[in-house]
Amino acid sequence: MTPSAFPDVREPSRLSTASPPAVEPVLTPAAEAEAVSGSAPWWRPVRRFVGVDAGGAGLGLLILGAVVGAGLLAPWIAPHGFDDQDLAAMLQPPVWIGGTWTNPLGTDSLGRDLLSRILYGARTSLVLALGAVAIAAAFGVVMGLVSGWVGGRLDAVVTSVVEVQLSLPYLLFAIAFMALLEPGLLNLVIVLVLRSWVVYARLVRVAVLSMKEREFVTVAVALGAGDGRILLRHILPNVVAPVLVVSSFQLAELIIVESSLSFLGLGVQPPMPSWGSMLSQGREYISSAWWLVTFPGLAIILTVLGANLAGDAVRDLMDPRLRGLGRARTREAGR
Amino acid sequence: MGALVVRRAARAAAALLGVALVVFVLLHLSGDPSYILLPPEASAADRATFRQQYGLDRPLPLQFVAYLGKAVRGDFGQSFSFQIPALQVVLQRLPATLELTIAAMAIALVVAIPAAVLAATRRGTRYDRALMGVVLLGQSVPTFWLGMMMILLLAVRLHWLPVSGRGSWAHLVMPSIALALWLMALLARVTRSEMLEVLAQDYVRTARAKGITELGVTGWHALRNALLPVVTVVGLQLGGLIGGAVMTETVFAWPGVGTLILDAIMKKDYPVVLAGVIIVAVAFIVVNLVLDLLYGVLDPRLRRA
Repeated sequence: MTPSAFPDVREPSRLSTASPPAVEPVLTPAAEAEAVSGSAPWWRPVRRFVGVDAGGAGLGLLILGAVVGAGLLAPWIAPHGFDDQDLAAMLQPPVWIGGTWTNPLGTDSLGRDLLSRILYGARTSLVLALGAVAIAAAFGVVMGLVSGWVGGRLDAVVTSVVEVQLSLPYLLFAIAFMALLEPGLLNLVIVLVLRSWVVYARLVRVAVLSMKEREFVTVAVALGAGDGRILLRHILPNVVAPVLVVSSFQLAELIIVESSLSFLGLGVQPPMPSWGSMLSQGREYISSAWWLVTFPGLAIILTVLGANLAGDAVRDLMDPRLRGLGRARTREAGR
Repeated sequence: MGALVVRRAARAAAALLGVALVVFVLLHLSGDPSYILLPPEASAADRATFRQQYGLDRPLPLQFVAYLGKAVRGDFGQSFSFQIPALQVVLQRLPATLELTIAAMAIALVVAIPAAVLAATRRGTRYDRALMGVVLLGQSVPTFWLGMMMILLLAVRLHWLPVSGRGSWAHLVMPSIALALWLMALLARVTRSEMLEVLAQDYVRTARAKGITELGVTGWHALRNALLPVVTVVGLQLGGLIGGAVMTETVFAWPGVGTLILDAIMKKDYPVVLAGVIIVAVAFIVVNLVLDLLYGVLDPRLRRA
């Protein structure tokens, strides 16, 4: 008989997703009173959709979805290629202050269309950040699971590596790493993964330790389940929710780290468009072409804001008990 | 308390060793400085002499041990580009960075804590929501972009403040605010949620029942207890503050350690990079250690743990 014959045994832990909240989004007291009194104004459905009452939850997913869509569709919706130069139209202003519809947000010093570069830049930022978050999550979760479960010397090694890394100023080392090795895409992903894996490893390790002695695990052991089975079938499902929440905040974090490194010239290299490197190129024209330093930054903010809001949304949706796990505690470095 | 100090100090020492090792290995993975510092037409013999002069011809572990031994005595070698001790180069730049980070920290604390206390006591009001909106935005804006926007607006357009550099008080205004914003947002968020928790405690009700003024209750009884976790968060976020300082210094051409390290990296001035990173890391680790111990002072319960 296998442990999975007793699905009830997999008791919901403190971190589980086993008790999904009601479908109704979380209402603030004011909204509740409003709903009861029946005097809901016309904009209520709109507010509910964008999730103003639930802390902008839906809005976050909406923004993130829009940015992902812009990145995916860039070749079709961008008016020009990201590297199409038009030296006859250098430093054109946006359309509403004297520019033309050919370049709605203006052009840079090589006559490249700013809007197109921002749209393609969404690709770069998202592919790098999402990829790095996925790798970091996979690696960190495995390290956390194994080190928490096996314990002993292995656990001591993993824990001290994590502690030492967390006690160093990350961005300084990211800069040193990128500058001293080749600033290529592979190294950039490695640096981003290094930033995040510790967060997952620590989170999962603590969760495993708290679950190790619980009945559902003891029962699984007693029924003869192997280590792999216990970790994958019984413990892993219980850490999915917090891992998703942390991933959202890590996505926000890594987008900022990537743009910071690219701004310093140590991240994404030209001609690949990246919001950070666009800002650093625009910096030379700060007094004559303000749009070059403004719009790529707004794109970063919008995306990071979306990821932060989505993190809040996932957290509230998955488990209201996770509310202590905010940005405040999952973000540690990297401006 | 004694055991706590020893444990924290051991961890700090391990972190320091980790710093030195990581940077040392990175530097040597990055190539031979004799190709950067000597003219391309230099002969093989010249290069060999150069390597010997800087001890680059010995096995790596030996170089590392020798380096550590000297570093402990404050000798980080001669800067390749300045021809003076690397430590001296870094120490000359340190006050600028300290000035910037301390100013930013002060601004963040002075603004965020009262704002958060006010929000917590007025939970759910427009003020509270507005502050949480600002907090969310503050945590989503990259420091370097905020700096550029301030330059664009306050320096280029309005000519109120100098564009960049260090000197008068006016020079400090933009960089310190740019660096402070993100920390401000973080502090406000943590302080608010801690205050909400503390304000629901029994002893706060007792204090109110005794007839203490509302200011006395929030400012004395509640805030003191809410600040404990805030200290931890400040410690955890110091790394972020240092990273932010590097970005801020770059944007404002602030002559601190951050810009020095970036310059040195570009010039492949290894001794300065090593000295800079290690000095910053030492400062960071020491401040963290102090905060850890301060935590014990703030909460006597922890001294017995």
